[in-house]
Amino acid sequence: MDFETLASIWAGLIALAVLVYVILDGFDLGVGILFPLGRSTRERDVMMNSVAPVWDGNETWLILGGGGLFAVFPLAYSVVMTALYVPILTMLLALVFRGVAFEYRWRTKRWKPVWDAAFFGGSLVATFAQGIALGALVQGIPVAGRAYAGGWWDWLTPFSLLTGVALVVGYALLGATWLVMKTEGPLQLRMRDLAWWLGAATLALIGLVSLITPFLEPVYFQRWFNLPGSLWTMIVPLVMLALAWSFFTGLNAHRDARPFLSALGFFVASFAGLGISFYPMIVPPALTIWEAAAPAESLAFALVGVAILLPLILAYTGYAYWVFRGKVREGEGYH
Amino acid sequence: MLDGFTAETLARVQFAFTVSFHIIFPAFSIGLASYLAVLNGLWLATRDRVYLNLFDYWKKIFAVAFGMGVVSGIVMSYQFGTNWAVFSDKAGPVIGPMLAYEVLSAFFLEAGFLGIMLFGREKVGDGLHMLATALVAVGTLASAFWILSVNSWMQTPQGHAINEAGQFVPADWWAIVFNPSFPYRLVHMVLAAYLTTAFVVGAVSAFHLLRDRTDPESRRGFSMAMWMALLVTPIQILAGDQHGLNTLEHQPVKVAAMEGHFRAEGDNQPLILFGWPDVEEAEVKYSIEVPYLGSLILKHDLHSQIQGLTEFPRSEWPPVPIVFWSFRVMVALGFAMLGIGLWSAWARWRGRLFDAPWLHRAAVVMGPSGFVAVLAGWITTEVGRQPYTVYGLLRTSESLSAVDAPAVGASLLAFIVVYFFVFGAGTFYILRMMGKRPAEHAPDRHDPGTSRPTLAPHFDPDVIPQE
Ligand code: HDD
Ligand code: HEM
Ligand code: HEM
Repeated sequence: MDFETLASIWAGLIALAVLVYVILDGFDLGVGILFPLGRSTRERDVMMNSVAPVWDGNETWLILGGGGLFAVFPLAYSVVMTALYVPILTMLLALVFRGVAFEYRWRTKRWKPVWDAAFFGGSLVATFAQGIALGALVQGIPVAGRAYAGGWWDWLTPFSLLTGVALVVGYALLGATWLVMKTEGPLQLRMRDLAWWLGAATLALIGLVSLITPFLEPVYFQRWFNLPGSLWTMIVPLVMLALAWSFFTGLNAHRDARPFLSALGFFVASFAGLGISFYPMIVPPALTIWEAAAPAESLAFALVGVAILLPLILAYTGYAYWVFRGKVREGEGYH
Repeated sequence: MLDGFTAETLARVQFAFTVSFHIIFPAFSIGLASYLAVLNGLWLATRDRVYLNLFDYWKKIFAVAFGMGVVSGIVMSYQFGTNWAVFSDKAGPVIGPMLAYEVLSAFFLEAGFLGIMLFGREKVGDGLHMLATALVAVGTLASAFWILSVNSWMQTPQGHAINEAGQFVPADWWAIVFNPSFPYRLVHMVLAAYLTTAFVVGAVSAFHLLRDRTDPESRRGFSMAMWMALLVTPIQILAGDQHGLNTLEHQPVKVAAMEGHFRAEGDNQPLILFGWPDVEEAEVKYSIEVPYLGSLILKHDLHSQIQGLTEFPRSEWPPVPIVFWSFRVMVALGFAMLGIGLWSAWARWRGRLFDAPWLHRAAVVMGPSGFVAVLAGWITTEVGRQPYTVYGLLRTSESLSAVDAPAVGASLLAFIVVYFFVFGAGTFYILRMMGKRPAEHAPDRHDPGTSRPTLAPHFDPDVIPQE
């Protein structure tokens, strides 16, 4: 395989890792964001237990996204991490709080409220920081030579704050629909009501962000509004409409799984839209996939590992989800 | 408070601080994961309830330690980019793919089977539960394999070329992964993790034996730990010795700093036991020396020439006192561990292993020794590598991100506050769990499967300690 093909495959794989991360950790971060809405300790126990056996695996996709970027697009990794120093480190610290809360909260009575708060706060802040990082990447990162060339607070703009809020609402939607699927009784009822509002808000925010994005960079605009290419790009909004229909009807029909799957669809479609704007850039507007890629020797070596190990990972991750399938009931452990 | 420090100093302190916190947890969880696999295997093979109680006891402690290891580890994998951007860009093509292998072959394995190991015995059955437990242990070892290969390549780089952009480009992966210092470092570190765990298990068991020398779980745990101390410590000392010979070949400056050899002493290099290295004057003050022994240890030959620091330009020197002292701390603890191992063998031979309060007290005191030795060892290794990140090729001062000092200072402060708070609390919970005997955690358990319904340990009322 030549260098161009390898780099393109890898760009697809990194995008896949990020997408899988977003939808998997998205719902467990969302459960954290909704945590204060659990009315009793018992309800909060159930909420946390619905994600406890899988959150670590979910978060490993974040390491694969970051570690993969380091491995195959080291230039992009070094530029982006420097440019987003503050949001990234904020996210990491927030993840520390919420990660330990899974264990700590069962080890103490007196401090349980503290770790409940850490779980909520950590999930909220981590999500907001991820959304800001996403917005900052979309609006563009200046590069000179092989280094970040912008200022310290460049990531902070109205647009990145908007994407931050949008991601918090979106993850909360994933969390709410996940709980609709995994719980029963009053908690499920409340989450179903909430999911309706969160779904509407998520769609509105996705719409807003999509309307602004083409005006941030001329390339994005051309991609979306120049015929004949735009005939293709229009598929994305159409898919979104179909998903919205499936989401609301599923919710009204009291289906357990359909709202969750449709909400995941919102993220996949938005992600595809983002990919349309970005390609072939990896750090817009300056770096393309091929400029940022590591040499072919690195790409090929790492690809061998992915080809062998990724199918295995998907298999046993699926198995772990299957072991803990079904509803989580009050007073019970993991199911 | 952090004014006047350069961004470089702050970034170094931040890296050193966060990685030092991180390594504390792997050092324990690598050993404990293997120990749990052994305990579970023994329970299945013998159906001796003591093993099951020990398994359940250490499993809960493992869960907390592992959680802390995960969250502190995620921080590490992003810090290369946030604080060491130039290093990431240049070394990424070589070390990045190895880290990717670590994620794929180790982290997913650990995370994927951890849930089943902790909560799934009754769900998946004994056989698959055993497999999950073993795979978690394999995952921790695979993780050690890759991360130590990365670190060793930074110490003794080979198998690469350098391209126009100044990046290290892989030329021969086999040579990169199995670089000269890697086998030594892997063996030494895995043994270190096993010893760390053995001494923790030994200390906790001894602590309970001091109160009740008939407690079956504590007796079993203590006996197992003391076998480890007796058998593994000598191997570790041997491995450390070989490691040192290898370092002498590839990083003579580091060894000169470890030994405090400022100048070559002809063919009878003494061994400096203690002293005060004075970098300005280039000599070790108030030193206590054993003649010839230096040559003997480093070259396995009484009369051999060893290079001193003054034969290298000062710009190549690592911070000598830190390396000198941390090395001595590690070696001293190694011999102290050996002492405990021999003492226990003697007590065992006389049939008084569980009836030796002074041995038990000593074992309690040595509980944290593994952690201290691991940290001291890493400080020797890493500070001794300075002033380079990729030894001989890329200087630390040239590895930095274009980050302003105030931002690094602020993040450093945040890390210090958060880590002490969060990991302090975790350590407290672990100690409190250790303060109870295994049997107190699982009073009169009946046969699993026939007894209580499938309860997650979290819902086990005896798990939540009374306050
Ligand atoms: C000798 C072993 C060793 C060493 C030197 C390091 N680690 Fe580590 N690390 C482990 C052994 C380990 C482990 C045993 O695999 C851990 C500990 C607890 C755990 O959850 O896995 C882990 C966890 C862990 C995680 C979370 C994995 C997960 O979610 O399961 C990450 C991202 C890293 N580490 C990354 C690093 C980096 C970037 C290091 C270097 C600077 C580093 N580790 C040093
Ligand atoms: C886990 C055990 C480890 C410990 C306790 C440790 C400790 C340290 C310390 C104390 C420093 C600072 C040295 C100085 O600035 O004087 C340092 C630097 C560094 N270490 Fe390690 N290290 C460990 C593992 C690793 C590994 C596995 C890697 C590579 C993957 C690594 C990469 C680095 C880098 C890039 C630096 C450069 C920053 C600097 O020089 O300060 N370390 N480490
Ligand atoms: C008394 C005998 C020991 C000797 C002679 C010895 C020797 C060494 C040497 C020479 C190094 C530095 C290698 C380098 O940077 O190139 C080292 C590092 C290290 N030592 Fe030891 N050591 C001993 C005991 C121990 C013990 C008891 C532990 C922990 C339980 C330990 C843990 C470590 C660790 C974690 C490192 C850093 C990783 C590495 O480079 O392998 N050592 N040791």
